[in-house]
Amino acid sequence: MPQPTDQPATVAATTGPVAAPAASARHELTANALSLGYDGARIVDGLDLAIEPGAITVIVGANASGKSTLLRGLARLLPPQAGTVTLDGRNIESLPSKQVATIVGLLPQQPVAPDGIGVADLVGRGRYPHQGWFRHWSSTDDAIVAAAMAATQTLELAPRRMEELSGGQRQRVWIAMALAQKPDILLLDEPTTFLDVTHQIEVLDLLHELNHEQGTTVVMVLHDLNLAARYADRLVVMRAGRIIAEGPPAEVLTEAVVLEAFGLTARIIADPVCGSPMIVPVGRFHSTV
Amino acid sequence: MLTSVDPGTTGAPARGSALPTEAVRMPRRRQLAGLLIAVALLVLAITASLVVGSREIPLGTVLDALLHPDLSLTDHTVVLDLRVPRTAIGLLAGLALGLAGALMQGITRNPLADPGLLGVNAGASLFVVAGIAWFGVSSALGYVWFAFAGAFVAAVIVYVIGSLGREGATPVKLALAGTALTASLTSLITIVLLGDSAAFDKYRFWSAGSLVARDLGSALQLAPFIGVGVLLCLLAGRMLNALALGDDLARGLGQNLVAARIVCAVAVVLLCGSATALAGPIVFVGLAVPHIARRFTGPDYRWILLYSAVLGPVLLLAADVLGRVIAPPGEIEAGLVVAFLGAPMLIALVRRVKLAGL
Amino acid sequence: MRPRPRTGAANLTTEAEAAAPLVLARFVRHRRERRVVLVLAGLVLLVAAVSLMVGAYNLSVPDLLRTLVGQGATSENFIVFKLRLPRLTLAILVGVAFAVSGALFQTVLRNPLASPDIIGVTGGASAAAVFGMLVLGVGSVATSFMAFGGAMVVACAIYLLAWRGGVAGYRFVLIGVGVAFMVQGLLGYLLSRADLRNAEDALTWLVGSVSGARWPEIALLAAFLAVLLPGVAVLAGRMRMLQLGDDTASALGVRAERSRLALLVAAVALAALATAFVGPLAFVAFVSAPIARRLVATGSLALVPAALIGVLITTVADFTAQHLLPGALDLPAGIITGAIGAPYLLWLLATQNRIGKGA
Repeated sequence: MPQPTDQPATVAATTGPVAAPAASARHELTANALSLGYDGARIVDGLDLAIEPGAITVIVGANASGKSTLLRGLARLLPPQAGTVTLDGRNIESLPSKQVATIVGLLPQQPVAPDGIGVADLVGRGRYPHQGWFRHWSSTDDAIVAAAMAATQTLELAPRRMEELSGGQRQRVWIAMALAQKPDILLLDEPTTFLDVTHQIEVLDLLHELNHEQGTTVVMVLHDLNLAARYADRLVVMRAGRIIAEGPPAEVLTEAVVLEAFGLTARIIADPVCGSPMIVPVGRFHSTV
Repeated sequence: MLTSVDPGTTGAPARGSALPTEAVRMPRRRQLAGLLIAVALLVLAITASLVVGSREIPLGTVLDALLHPDLSLTDHTVVLDLRVPRTAIGLLAGLALGLAGALMQGITRNPLADPGLLGVNAGASLFVVAGIAWFGVSSALGYVWFAFAGAFVAAVIVYVIGSLGREGATPVKLALAGTALTASLTSLITIVLLGDSAAFDKYRFWSAGSLVARDLGSALQLAPFIGVGVLLCLLAGRMLNALALGDDLARGLGQNLVAARIVCAVAVVLLCGSATALAGPIVFVGLAVPHIARRFTGPDYRWILLYSAVLGPVLLLAADVLGRVIAPPGEIEAGLVVAFLGAPMLIALVRRVKLAGL
Repeated sequence: MRPRPRTGAANLTTEAEAAAPLVLARFVRHRRERRVVLVLAGLVLLVAAVSLMVGAYNLSVPDLLRTLVGQGATSENFIVFKLRLPRLTLAILVGVAFAVSGALFQTVLRNPLASPDIIGVTGGASAAAVFGMLVLGVGSVATSFMAFGGAMVVACAIYLLAWRGGVAGYRFVLIGVGVAFMVQGLLGYLLSRADLRNAEDALTWLVGSVSGARWPEIALLAAFLAVLLPGVAVLAGRMRMLQLGDDTASALGVRAERSRLALLVAAVALAALATAFVGPLAFVAFVSAPIARRLVATGSLALVPAALIGVLITTVADFTAQHLLPGALDLPAGIITGAIGAPYLLWLLATQNRIGKGA
């Protein structure tokens, strides 16, 4: 269970200078009246969301509901058309990018690996935000990279090349790279989409472990509702660029919400393995009810 | 269910390396009306080509010269010896290039296909240059066989290279293969010409893409080749419609892919080779014309080919006429005018269309 | 699940052990690149020595060494210091400039086939230079300035035209191709209007040649490179992050658009400079980086190997061009780079595409 926070669900922006982030401090990422879009079209409209520090937040929604766009906005990949994204109360656009990179890590949807790059090299690039002008590679860097790879069980893959690995292995290496950044908040855009089910569980269990042992805040977009319900501490359901429900999965996932977000008639039962809500679609032909 | 939609409200239909399959059957009336307008433009262009020039000849005199030629009158000689051949060449070359461009765009499913862009012109040029420098060729009929060979070799090279790899022939890969081939061939052409003053002198005028200084004879000699190309286009229309849906679907619809590719390739080589032999290497006509046509015809290739056959000459003749008047007392060759006008069009195309699969 | 090492004295060894495979992997990677660099540098020295020794008047190795130290005969001094060494130095400098420019373009635009000679940058230089030669009738110095200016103007135009909330690699490349064709048209126009003699001179410039090098010019070029190349070294770190895609690069703290712009400016400046001094030497920019990357094969930027390959290409081409034809006939180096580069380029394209790195 996530550590209880004694802060209210929405955080008021603090005025005045914020102290430089300490390694163990919890960082807060917030969207305030955020509107995002591309080429004039507006996809996310006036959205407020406070990411709970130390928890796993999963964003779900139908296609084109704006969930990836929202994540990209939080990750500072997309400048807001209106509203702001704040990190610890300060506008994320005004912070130096390297400083943000030491706090917020991102795994984008289809990451690009240059040809022939080795696993160790790729994970090592995650140390870039922590290195100064004249890049000194120190033993601390080595240790951190090794720890990141050990956590993702990719240490034995170190001498190999990315192109030789399977999809699941590659995804773990990318997560290792994001971990090497030592971020306090980790954003992942559909980390399980191209993986088979075994690897999906592998990756999600890894994120769960990360969250529980190191307190990393995890925010991810998932398309599988059942996995989202199982792994999320907080679920954010989106539809047409707005949040229609937010909170613990057990409270949020109701048949009404599923109908509104996905247009899907479904029954909700308790997952026989862990008790979280499980969506069972009704469909047109197979109902015995 | 395909519904008729006024194209004015749907906006630019061009999208992606696959032509829009969710379009829009254009109302037959609209297509015919557009065709009539295109034909009217063609007549206008031909007229302009006969009338406009450093020597203004009124329309009445032109008609007179055509119907009752009197060679003692300078005006008549100008019309018959200069303007008519020039116009005929513009017609034939424009026709060939427009059709070739449409064929290439259909066969490669690539909105950026053009004989110049994909290196086919460069191939024809290289072989023509070799012909001039090493084989002493100087007649259009002589050029044309070299031009065919060169066009064929270049087309094969570009297509094969561009389609290697997972995704097949994406627009960028083809364009780059074509440009790289053009760069390579231009380099080789330069090497051949460096040592041979006479050849260079001939080449530098020829490569500007001029419709002038040819006699009607060369046009007549090449007309049969273009004619065969046009006939093949009649077959190609249906094939290209099927191909536009993708290889798998096309096969599923019973289209023989190999036959389609061969027919189109032969047509492209005949048309491009002839056009280059007639008028030198001309870029962008093959690119622009099908796109303009598509605005009016929708995705049906039979109509696109028909429109391209008419609009190609319109574009080329208009460029030629423009070239005659914008730089008095000299002229700017049609090929150069088109290069200057066509490049902005390509740029506009790349800017506004979100080319999928790049 | 393997237990995660916890900090503490007893586990420092565990951490060091854990880091060992990383250190090894890095060592192997660097060792390979070092080896490639050493071999290439050796080859460059070899070619340089041969270029200085062989010619209408041959020097032996001891003669050469003596002359270089300053103790040679007058005639040897003349041959080495006034004829061969300037030419060699110029070839080396432009080889580096073209190769690094090509490497930057190809990495920043994320397309192994993008290159300044393909996307109209050197074409712009050529058109401006030919304009200067044929229309304005200026001398060679002014021609060089015009070439430089032409390349910068064209590159700016392409960048601005490709800008749509950011510059995507493919847009830049395709618009560059369009501009290249337009520039080709302009060149054709200029060549067809001039009289034959002048047009032939222009054609010779267009082929690209290293002859006629003089020390003041070389010093100028070296000065420019002394500013640009360290700049590139500073930006190299950002470029490595850009290799991972814009999203990941931004997540790692790199401002993608700004870095891309800075790198493109450097790349254009390098290509423009080199073209201004020797003309558009075909293909050096295009092929140097792909060859280097293939030799090193570790996914690193391989800028130094690319530069060395560029040097090798230009020096070998120049040497071959000088001595290919019997008698005193000197071919321009561009002929060799063109004749060899053209088929090689197509082969490269074919294999790049086949293994899925085409676009």
